Amino acid sequence: MDRKFGEFGGQYVPETLMEALLDIEKAFLKYSKEPEFKSELKELYENVANRPSKLYYASEMTKDLGGAKIYLKREDLNHTGSHKINNVLGQMLLAKKMGKKKIICETGAGQHGVATATIAALFKMECHVFMGKEDVERQALNVFRMELLGAKVTSVDSGTGTLKDAVNEAFRQWTREVDDTYYLMGSVVGPHPYPVMVRDFQKIIGEEVREQILLTEGRLPDTIIACVGGGSNAIGIFHDFIKDEQVSLIGVEAAGQGIETDFHAATISKGSTGIFHGMKSKFLQDEYGKIMPVYSMSAGLDYPGIGPEHAYLYSIGRASYFPVTDEEAIVAFEYLSRMEGIIPAIESAHAIYYAMHLAKKMDKDKIIVVNLSGRGDKDVYQVAKFKGVEINEQ
Amino acid sequence: MNNRIDLKFKKLNELNKKALITFVTAGDPNLETSYKVIEKMIAEGIDILEIGIPFSDPLAEGPTIEKASYRALESNTTTDDVFTLVKKIRKDYELPILLMLYVNLIYKYGIDKFMAKCGEAGVDGLIIPDLPIEEVQELKSNAANKNIYIINLVAPTTKDDRLLMIAKESEGFIYCVSSLGVTGERKEITTDLSDFYNRLRGITNLPLALGFGLSNKTQIDGLKGEWNGFIVGSAIVNIIAQYGIDSPSYVGEFIRSLKD
Repeated sequence: MDRKFGEFGGQYVPETLMEALLDIEKAFLKYSKEPEFKSELKELYENVANRPSKLYYASEMTKDLGGAKIYLKREDLNHTGSHKINNVLGQMLLAKKMGKKKIICETGAGQHGVATATIAALFKMECHVFMGKEDVERQALNVFRMELLGAKVTSVDSGTGTLKDAVNEAFRQWTREVDDTYYLMGSVVGPHPYPVMVRDFQKIIGEEVREQILLTEGRLPDTIIACVGGGSNAIGIFHDFIKDEQVSLIGVEAAGQGIETDFHAATISKGSTGIFHGMKSKFLQDEYGKIMPVYSMSAGLDYPGIGPEHAYLYSIGRASYFPVTDEEAIVAFEYLSRMEGIIPAIESAHAIYYAMHLAKKMDKDKIIVVNLSGRGDKDVYQVAKFKGVEINEQ
Repeated sequence: MNNRIDLKFKKLNELNKKALITFVTAGDPNLETSYKVIEKMIAEGIDILEIGIPFSDPLAEGPTIEKASYRALESNTTTDDVFTLVKKIRKDYELPILLMLYVNLIYKYGIDKFMAKCGEAGVDGLIIPDLPIEEVQELKSNAANKNIYIINLVAPTTKDDRLLMIAKESEGFIYCVSSLGVTGERKEITTDLSDFYNRLRGITNLPLALGFGLSNKTQIDGLKGEWNGFIVGSAIVNIIAQYGIDSPSYVGEFIRSLKD
């Protein structure tokens, strides 16, 4: 199995974890080909995740912008409210086949943590979630949700207390209990085989889009847009279209307060090639290779790296990546709420903003598909705070 | 060309002695203190010196060395500062010097440039905790050109076929991780060390040094297996954390207690 995407990817982890990674790779290769595994996963996708997710024609938004037709892939309507559950179902099923009883994971906004805690409850697995201290504060509701589902949540206060540090701590915990624990990574990052495996469990998004758009429009879309932190929802919707050169693939990064400031998480725009969290990819780092603190109001995009396959797609010119700021994301957050009656996750709002900007410049016969990767209930409080609105939570 | 690591183990073997390898993070809490700590350790008779280059995200470390890394970064310690420190030590001492660092620090610096600087400063080996055997080739020829060894690690989880693969690729000595988990002191080491040692000795003649969680002489003397050396890190870093710029004499005292 190929361990790299061009020069990106690989397995840069302590030796203690290597046998575990090799075991996971072996199990993944074996089970993902078996018809029984495939049909079990299909059933979980349908009955637990509520797949297929709708491809929704955003007629009001299309009319208002006056350009390309806009479709939204409604991953926000999945159980637990985001695309994260696709990957969790795949890996949890694999962990079960491997005979594991204990799951650990990291989470940023809490979407992956909630999805993992949910499916761990269903599968009767012990679940331990690592979450940065900052994120525990800005996503307190998700912490309670995970605990309600029976998971143990550890707040990580080392480093910057965000997603990067949650990943560090999850890795450390895994080296302590690697003999009986499965690390369920939430994005297309980390050492091989995670970037390949997570992509394969997320590629259902793009496969459904192809089927759905061919049914309604009789042709492929011109442009696909998705937000990118680690990049799992983006790879999920991109993957099936990589071979179709006429479909333009656009990833939207978090520009925080602006890429000209020190407060952003725009890895492709401002990063350079490096090796971190088990992979060679693009990272925000200083001249000596120290990983830089990053910022975005979106806890899910607040990560100093990007999945190696994205770094590769960028390097060969197959996908493009553009930055969108906090303020712009909030504009899109409110716009979609008022225009279509859909409150998007602040992560997904980054992609919506770019679509708003691009659609206007495209002809009416063009088609854009935006991956609406998650729902925004979790972000309402934070957006209110950003706008200076007091909400009394009682 | 001989590498100082080989010469050291050969000499210790002739004397029927085990290597004491000790660790300090460069720049914790500042470079001047690190230099003084190192001088003290050498005066007390350590065999091999391991110097850590601070990194923002040391994910193989427990809280002790992680915090040392942050303190060193607080004092703005860079990779170039560490080369200067090594040069200064090398002027007066011939003991083998190892650098412990995360692979991104080498990659971002430029592999060629990094190895050239190591050669110039007098570094003998590199310990890179996030560089398993699968990824070592990218650095190896550059290191070899400067007569620098890349010290491979093995863990209790490493199975026999993999041990063999690692042993074949190894030089200098093999860093044997005593137990699961990150660096740091442990109440007890639960790994079956005699089995671990025998599995290793069955496939390689290279010196075997044991590290992770070693903190005092009684504990080290009680360990099973005919290990050729012991690596002590967090126990020293803890003393530095406690005494800061006054730590050199306390570290010296501690090293003496390990030698007695």
